[in-house]
Amino acid sequence: MTKPNLGSSLRRLIAGRRRADRVVPPSGHTATLTTLTSAAMAFLAVFALALSIATGRLADRWSQALTRTATVRISAPPEQMQAQTKKVLDVLKTTPGVSAARVMEPDEIKRLLEPWLGPDLPVDALPLPQLVEVAETPEGVDGPGLQLRLQAEAPGAILDDHLRWRQPLVSSASRVRILGLLSLALIGGATAALITLATQAALAANGQVIRTLRLVGARDGYIARAFVRRFTIRAFMGALAGTALGMAAIALLPAAAPEGGFLTGLGFTGIEWGWPLLLPILAALVAFLSTLAAAFQTLRTVR
Amino acid sequence: MIEFHDLSLGYSGRVLMSGVTLKLMPGSFHFLTGPSGSGKTSLLKLCYGELKATSGRVEVFGQDIGAMARDQVALIRRRIGIVHQDCQFLDHLPMAENITLPLEVAGQVADARAMDELLAWVGLSGQARALPPQLSGGERQRAALARAVMGAPDIILADEPTGNVDWEMSQRLLRLMTELNRMGKTVVVATHDLNLIRVAKSQVAARVLRIQGGRVQLAGADL
Ligand SMILES: Nc1ncnc2c1ncn2[C@@H]1O[C@H](COP(=O)(O)OP(=O)(O)OP(=O)(O)O)[C@@H](O)[C@H]1O
Ligand SMILES: [Mg+2]
Repeated sequence: MTKPNLGSSLRRLIAGRRRADRVVPPSGHTATLTTLTSAAMAFLAVFALALSIATGRLADRWSQALTRTATVRISAPPEQMQAQTKKVLDVLKTTPGVSAARVMEPDEIKRLLEPWLGPDLPVDALPLPQLVEVAETPEGVDGPGLQLRLQAEAPGAILDDHLRWRQPLVSSASRVRILGLLSLALIGGATAALITLATQAALAANGQVIRTLRLVGARDGYIARAFVRRFTIRAFMGALAGTALGMAAIALLPAAAPEGGFLTGLGFTGIEWGWPLLLPILAALVAFLSTLAAAFQTLRTVR
Repeated sequence: MIEFHDLSLGYSGRVLMSGVTLKLMPGSFHFLTGPSGSGKTSLLKLCYGELKATSGRVEVFGQDIGAMARDQVALIRRRIGIVHQDCQFLDHLPMAENITLPLEVAGQVADARAMDELLAWVGLSGQARALPPQLSGGERQRAALARAVMGAPDIILADEPTGNVDWEMSQRLLRLMTELNRMGKTVVVATHDLNLIRVAKSQVAARVLRIQGGRVQLAGADL
């Protein structure tokens, strides 16, 4: 009979006749605690969210930017350099998975080395290796196979498919992201558990109210709604405040230098600021569902 | 309207009443008397589903109330005005809101004029904004009766509605119930007050049910 229909319950809850939740007496500090906890949880959730987003961004950048490129480095005596480079290009041209191969200009190489060796590098005087940039098709290249073929044709060629150093970074970034998401789930679960306890306590403390309401013909749904409405609004308000504080705290973090540390980039950029705004809504939803479940469960046992 | 079929009721092994078969017709007016502890309150509670019979069954509006789910019982109670022996209000809400509670929970809006008239009749016009704990015992009983009739129920079950009020006020409260009875409502009043029963008999065709020794009997003309 009162199998709650989520859609219509939510609508009634939001539209809710203002008087309906007056039938429940002001619940003093249970309600205040609900607000506070919900605020604290939302504050923590903002950070967990920021962590997930930042590490997600990092993992994406590392894996996407680097996945589809590789480099062939050719170290050979100057007189053989030209011949080996040509061999390498020939091999690459017939390798499945290679979409383009291009010999890098000395200028480009110089730019790559600049951060480490300084701007005044006499590139011409150094026996620099020749670099060939390889663009891969989405299917990718069979790395070890290509390495073998290269070695047979040009003994000085070494394939660097970036995988060696990239993989651990990508996987640790994804792991941190999973931790962040797990924290979010735990925070949600803890909020639900706490609000369930608060609702049960409130219902248990209001046995007389429940009896009186039943005497005049109130259905379980009506009684439950009064409690649900109150706790949902509390959780929403608390989460709103907690989220605002969390977002302010993140906004006030020292800004990361634009090109600098990936790791200091804990924060939101652009549209990402929208994500934490979902937290109060999520908190209200969690509160709504857990209060509803707790209320119906308790009302079944109170006669 | 209300039917008891071979009903028995006991609390934790002790039998309070047994073999009760009764039929209260629509539009009838019954008093329920009997010594203290004989089971008047229990019998009324059986009628609105707060108690379940040990055996036998109670039918209200032709439906077995003992077999109903809680929400069905709630719907039945909207058609029954109940004066509980210890009144039962929401102590944090003013009397006016307590009295309109039956309408409120049914999603209806109270007619302000009807409510004012009702409050005036039970002598509580000045107490509309007072909280229940601020009222005297008699005032609470009057308010309980006002709440019971507020939703224009088909049945009125009143448990000692005049226990704490003076004789004049008792008669006013009785008038409220006999008027409603004339309008076709079924009324059951549990009371010890024989004078009240006499006055009622002069106004409507009231009958008296007497509970004694676990039996319910229709009392004769001599009470
Ligand atoms: N919940 C209960 N548990 C156990 N015994 C109960 C319960 N409620 C009532 N009783 C017992 O049942 C008997 C009848 O109680 P009830 O309240 O129906 O009497 P009553 O006729 O209304 O009395 P009074 O005139 O004093 O109001 C009493 O002996 C009482 O002790
Ligand atoms: Mg009694």
